[in-house]
Amino acid sequence: MHSFGYRLNGLLTFSVTILAIMCAITSLSDNLNTPSPSAEIQVMNINWFQKQPQGNDEVSLTMNISADLQTLFTWNTKQLFIFVAAEYKTPKNSLNQVSLWDAIIPSKEHAKFWIHTSNKYRFVDQGNNLRGKEFNLTLHWHVMPKTGKMFADKIVLTGYSFPEEYR
Amino acid sequence: MGWIGDAVDSIKSIQIRQLLTQAVSLGMIVTSALIIWKALVCITGSESPVVVVLSGSMEPGFKRGDILFLHMSKDPIRSGEIVVFNVDGREIPIVHRVIKVHEREDSGEVDVLTKGDNNNGDDRLLYAQGQQWLHRHHIMGRAVGFLPYVGWVTIIMTEKPIIKYILIGALGLLVITSKD
Repeated sequence: MHSFGYRLNGLLTFSVTILAIMCAITSLSDNLNTPSPSAEIQVMNINWFQKQPQGNDEVSLTMNISADLQTLFTWNTKQLFIFVAAEYKTPKNSLNQVSLWDAIIPSKEHAKFWIHTSNKYRFVDQGNNLRGKEFNLTLHWHVMPKTGKMFADKIVLTGYSFPEEYR
Repeated sequence: MGWIGDAVDSIKSIQIRQLLTQAVSLGMIVTSALIIWKALVCITGSESPVVVVLSGSMEPGFKRGDILFLHMSKDPIRSGEIVVFNVDGREIPIVHRVIKVHEREDSGEVDVLTKGDNNNGDDRLLYAQGQQWLHRHHIMGRAVGFLPYVGWVTIIMTEKPIIKYILIGALGLLVITSKD
């Protein structure tokens, strides 16, 4: 009962159990945080808006994105993955979500920012339904912890619309 | 002379009983591990409730060797979620983020495009020939939690199988030589 093997086994089991409990408590501590993020997105310019040869609409736009996401960071946060998605409805599709831009925020200091950018990913519809259509721009964030449960939430900004004609 | 025969008999019977007890306790350990695994499959609704991150395509969020806890629910798939999917004909599941969703009004079916955070382009190159979108049946679960570094054990055992054999051999030796 007191051989080296038994002692090593007992030590390893105990330490793994304690590590697991510590990870669980760390993750639970994230629930104590009440975040209050804010964001604003302005569409500065529609660069071009065309129908592709395959028949799908494509648009390129430039946006000003500003946000303050500092309250989302806790001691257990490794990074924040944020992205801006355009959401709209078409006759065939009840929901379309197209991610336009994303970024990784590695620390609290970087969480308050302002950026002027065109869409990083191509904004292509399934079909040619975009003329004159209204859409929402949503800023999503995913909190990636150092260990444990991942959280995600979003801010929906409404009131954007495509031009009536291609340009 | 009788008592020698008795002693030999009792020694033989002790050994057989001991052997059987050890075999039963080994079987109990293996079976309870299996029960825990199958219970996890039921609770999370996913065929593989825990996966190991094998590539660096989701860095710096998930590094090689981290493990992800998956959960599958009937909730619709939305952009931003980190999903685990199998491409037709490929065994190894891929863990990437959803960047585009097109959900059909009539059938509720959904076209999904994914991309690894650390990759420059989307995953269309990884999908099967001619496939542009993923559908719900490709997706095995959403990542809901994560533990760093723990998956290295699995990676080492897969890439250097000799270590797996050594470990199993050592465990077997421990079981056989233990006195209780």
